Amino acid sequence: MCAGIERPRSDLFICEGTATAAVLDEGVVDGVEQLNAHFEALLAAGEQIEPRDWMPDGYRRMLVRQVSQHAHSEIIGMQPEGSWLTRAPSLHRKASLLAKVQDEAGHGLYLYSAAETLGVSRADLLDALHSGHQRYAATFNHPALTWADTGAIAWLTDGAAVVNQAPLCHTSYGPYARAMRRVCQEEAFHVRQGYDVLWSLCQGTPEQKEMAQDAVNRWWLPAVALMFGPPDTVAGGADDRTAAMGAAVSQRSMAWGIKRHTNDELRQRFVDNVVPQAERMGVTLPDPAIRWNEERGHYDFSPIDWQLFRGALGDGSQCARQRLAHRVAAHEDGAWVREAVDAYAAQLADGELESVELDDEGRRVS
Amino acid sequence: MTAEPTAEDTDLAEYVLRLGDDALVLCQRLCALVTRAPTIEEDLALANIALDLLGHARTLLAYSGTLDGTGRGEDELAYHRTERQFRSALLMELVPGDFAVTIARQLVYAHYSRLLWSALEKSSDATLAAFGARASREVEYHQMHADQWTVRLGRGTAESRRRMQAGLDLVWPYAAELFERDALVDRLDAAGTAVAPARLREEWEREVAAVLDEARLTLPKPAWQATGGRDGLHTEAFAPLFAEFRSVRLQYPGGTW
Repeated sequence: MCAGIERPRSDLFICEGTATAAVLDEGVVDGVEQLNAHFEALLAAGEQIEPRDWMPDGYRRMLVRQVSQHAHSEIIGMQPEGSWLTRAPSLHRKASLLAKVQDEAGHGLYLYSAAETLGVSRADLLDALHSGHQRYAATFNHPALTWADTGAIAWLTDGAAVVNQAPLCHTSYGPYARAMRRVCQEEAFHVRQGYDVLWSLCQGTPEQKEMAQDAVNRWWLPAVALMFGPPDTVAGGADDRTAAMGAAVSQRSMAWGIKRHTNDELRQRFVDNVVPQAERMGVTLPDPAIRWNEERGHYDFSPIDWQLFRGALGDGSQCARQRLAHRVAAHEDGAWVREAVDAYAAQLADGELESVELDDEGRRVS
Repeated sequence: MTAEPTAEDTDLAEYVLRLGDDALVLCQRLCALVTRAPTIEEDLALANIALDLLGHARTLLAYSGTLDGTGRGEDELAYHRTERQFRSALLMELVPGDFAVTIARQLVYAHYSRLLWSALEKSSDATLAAFGARASREVEYHQMHADQWTVRLGRGTAESRRRMQAGLDLVWPYAAELFERDALVDRLDAAGTAVAPARLREEWEREVAAVLDEARLTLPKPAWQATGGRDGLHTEAFAPLFAEFRSVRLQYPGGTW
């Protein structure tokens, strides 16, 4: 804890627009400017913001958007790999993939919980996902066509996610940072699993190696472009105007301690991680511009300009529609189950049901 | 490749294969439901249960392969048999319906398997006894999951009650096969290596009846009983399930995974 900084609390932390109407602990502060000054002081002192702390509307909005998009990405991201659960080519791989998809469901749950501390409900966030009002990582709008895709997704997509997420373990909003610490540990394990899937294929028959290379060819761009967001620096491929816009968003987010690095910095870090791994594995990353730059101390690669970025999005593609349709169908098919859960809980709350106790063997205790 | 197995090992290999195939085929059915569950918690729970079942299948198949003298490993047995060589009960391959059907099947199998694994803890075969001790703990959770859902759906809304009863009615004719007796299980039971499942039936009926009672559902009285799985006589649903299961592996002969 940071001594000396009083923490004005908002008793209303439900939604945007309440800042000016916030009910405050009596006599602590009396104006938004002062509240904001305290908020900034907490950030400056490296303190984490907690749900009951006052926070600017913009900060709350930016977090709700980012955390819920992240949660949705975990849930939609279960699909491309989940579809291979029934076809995993060995029982060992089947077990690893089951564990991974299960982890993703768990990450979605942590993140929805983190978002709920900002005063939104999971049901509303899911509705926003289903209606297309909120987005998920467009990476998952690409189809997983072969078994090797499960390896490429885990190695490249999760590998990119880890680079993105490691700094988020120290993001300024406490519940998000704590969720990310758990997520990151598991993601790092997934990356190794994905690498191992591809490594085994590369050690196998020529046909297996070809399957691995083909998957890497198809997943490289979605990972390097989409997992980090659009270019936000001129060096990263943005023109002056969009770089200025991107930089403005990134800078706002960085000033609030939500983000810690620009999209392009993180993208570079990812490329630097992955190129030596690809060499060891014996697959070629599908970018002829990749080469070590002694002067910069980084690998060069083709800039992800806006045209490339937009092309990689896959918005409105058959696969994008299918991902959302799959998710909506599961939700709608389960509506009667959720209604039953609510009805049963309401009956219990009303004391309408006598509670029946069962012993260890499932027999009724009379 | 190894010494000729004893008659008892051959029996035990076949018995263990039945149990391993049950777990494997049910795991396969649950795998297809992940991302399609009514809530994210349920996606997670179904994946978790499938993972436990897969662990059971792997142990049992590998053990069967050592007992029968062929030295076949878990993958050899899982992926490289013919449809007629699978020994799973027909309940496992039943085509998934709505969530109530999923829960009805889990209810039947979880109570059966918990009783079976607990009983096997006393097997004179050390490997099976150790397996029984571990697996019975894991399926306690599966049983709790199935029981709670059965009660929630049975007492939730009129629709959930109707669906849950329909799920039970659909699944129940497939329960009896789990408890069938034949010369093989009688021999192993007499030797103290295995448990004739028929001996578990009464207890199983008492347990599930108690759950259905709490759920205010009716214990189905099926007019017929499915059989054949232990002899490799499956339903038409099995071949497509198995084709999907091994589709990747078959496309890459000689592959390493």
